[in-house]
Amino acid sequence: MVSASVNRAAQTVYTMWLREMIRFSRSKSRIIGALATPLFFLIILGAGFSSSFQVRGGGAFNTSYLAPGLIGMAVLFTSLMGGVSIIWDREFGFLKEILIAPVSRFFVALGKAIGGVTTAMIQGVLIMIIAWLIGVHYVSIWGVLAAIVIMFISGIGFMGLGIALASIIDSHEGFQMVMSFLTMPLVLLSGAFFPISNLPAWLKALVYANPLTYGVEALRYCLLGSSTIPVLLSVFVLLIFSTAMIVIGGKLFGVMRV
Amino acid sequence: MLYAIETKEITKHFDDITAVNKVSIFVKPGELFGLLGPNGAGKTTLIHMLSTMTEPSSGSAKVWGYDVALEPGSVRQNIGVVFQDTTLDDRLTGRENLDLHGRLYGLDGKTRKKRIEEVLSLVELADRADVLVKTYSGGMMRRLEIARGLMHHPHVLFLDEPTLGLDPQTRLHIWEYIKKLNKEEGVSIMLTTHYMEEADHLCNRIAIIDHGEIVALDTPESLKNMLGGDVITLELEKSDDISRLCEIYQKNGCANIVTEKMNEIFITVENGERQIPHILSLASTAGISIQAVSLRKPTLDDVFIHHTGRAIRDKEVSEIETVGYKIRSRRK
Ligand SMILES: Nc1ncnc2c1ncn2[C@@H]1O[C@H](COP(=O)(O)OP(=O)(O)O)[C@@H](O)[C@H]1O
Ligand SMILES: [Mg+2]
Repeated sequence: MVSASVNRAAQTVYTMWLREMIRFSRSKSRIIGALATPLFFLIILGAGFSSSFQVRGGGAFNTSYLAPGLIGMAVLFTSLMGGVSIIWDREFGFLKEILIAPVSRFFVALGKAIGGVTTAMIQGVLIMIIAWLIGVHYVSIWGVLAAIVIMFISGIGFMGLGIALASIIDSHEGFQMVMSFLTMPLVLLSGAFFPISNLPAWLKALVYANPLTYGVEALRYCLLGSSTIPVLLSVFVLLIFSTAMIVIGGKLFGVMRV
Repeated sequence: MLYAIETKEITKHFDDITAVNKVSIFVKPGELFGLLGPNGAGKTTLIHMLSTMTEPSSGSAKVWGYDVALEPGSVRQNIGVVFQDTTLDDRLTGRENLDLHGRLYGLDGKTRKKRIEEVLSLVELADRADVLVKTYSGGMMRRLEIARGLMHHPHVLFLDEPTLGLDPQTRLHIWEYIKKLNKEEGVSIMLTTHYMEEADHLCNRIAIIDHGEIVALDTPESLKNMLGGDVITLELEKSDDISRLCEIYQKNGCANIVTEKMNEIFITVENGERQIPHILSLASTAGISIQAVSLRKPTLDDVFIHHTGRAIRDKEVSEIETVGYKIRSRRK
């Protein structure tokens, strides 16, 4: 009885994951689009700034410094958009097919989240490889593997946030608005593009209240070997954020009306 | 278990509208049962309540012996649903849509494979199974959805307007599949429609629904026979004369039922051929000129007019909506 329901839950999660993977593999333009933006940033910002900036407290502000920020940004965009795709499923009807099935909505949401996060991780890893090819140096293979784990944890958090928003917002127009008011501040206030060691107090408060900051800082530690926020604190905050978001997302999805 | 579907005074309110009002229906296992009614009658709402998509405001319903409010999981495992608007993933192939469905209903790999071939051949889609649903026609999408609804061997299948917006030829094909699966798979079916020919052609029994209430329920034959033998249609020159003429006929007791529409009067009588001269002479005595007369057997449309005083003629709206929906989904 118990093993049957565990089996069924695993089957549900896997089914939803599989669907995301099939759809992802068919959307070449989405993959290229998601890689193009960070690539431009990496090459242009990196080349433009590397010669002139010197970060206070050590380390050059260069392509290497940008890489974790860009990975974090890609994970944020892809995960949030993955959550949003529930709105599309609702608009185009497929959501009804899922909700009428004799399966738990929570595991449906979880499967969708893991699927979306997988695509986010694939893109994060691709950026990591591109950055490495153009000369960014990573401290160790263990650091790289740890970075992938960090991508997973923060991806789940943003995915949960996306699902929660998609569940309570009626129209996709409304969602588009929330998204642009959400993603830009999250990225700009994260330290993806500037060092966070010497900020004015008001800015520091905003940056430290931003979950993406901890994702980027943890990635920076894993890939480059140093970070402003201690890595254990970053991981701790990320774990709490992700758990909270997936629970809230799953709950709201559970009561969502079609 | 006596009934595939039984509802007891099931009711649904939305804010200030009562979409479904105290509906009690009993559908026997193996039956092909139709809900016939105009747009907005409450058909979809009733299907949503029976398929656990919406909770009833009051009353209760059992599907395949399980209470929709108390045992939604068991209900879901035993039903297949084809919703009014498409619920396919158009970025996947037909086969992938079926496979994901099988997985969600807990079918193992071998069963899925076998069943996919079975349902594909039932709706004759095997040769297009591996192309993206995006490229399907409306009729193919409908067939795939019917096939998907059958994947997990449901006992009860709900079809909400299965031929809405399809061309007449495709409609005939879908009718064949529906009859076939009712026979070959032995599945009980509840379908909704606002096409009277569809209900007439397919269903063992029909409930006519209007403003959320069942106004008549019987076999198509009994429903039509209830009106008497024939329908005589009189087309008048001036519509002003209609009510006067209706009164005259009712007073003379020559007609069972007289209903009116635009500048036409419908009279249902036994032995219509023999009644026509008498009916015409009554009109000319009153000085009312008649442009055309016709005689035919009653249709479900007449039954509907008889019970509600209106014709089921507002289908244009819903068809435009469906087409709009399709265009939208293509653009994505
Ligand atoms: N979610 C809803 N909220 C408010 N009113 C609704 C909702 N769904 C349906 N209705 C109303 O309930 C009535 C019945 O609708 P519906 O069941 O879709 O009819 P049908 O399927 O017979 O065309 C209509 O007046 C419709 O506007
Ligand atoms: Mg409807």
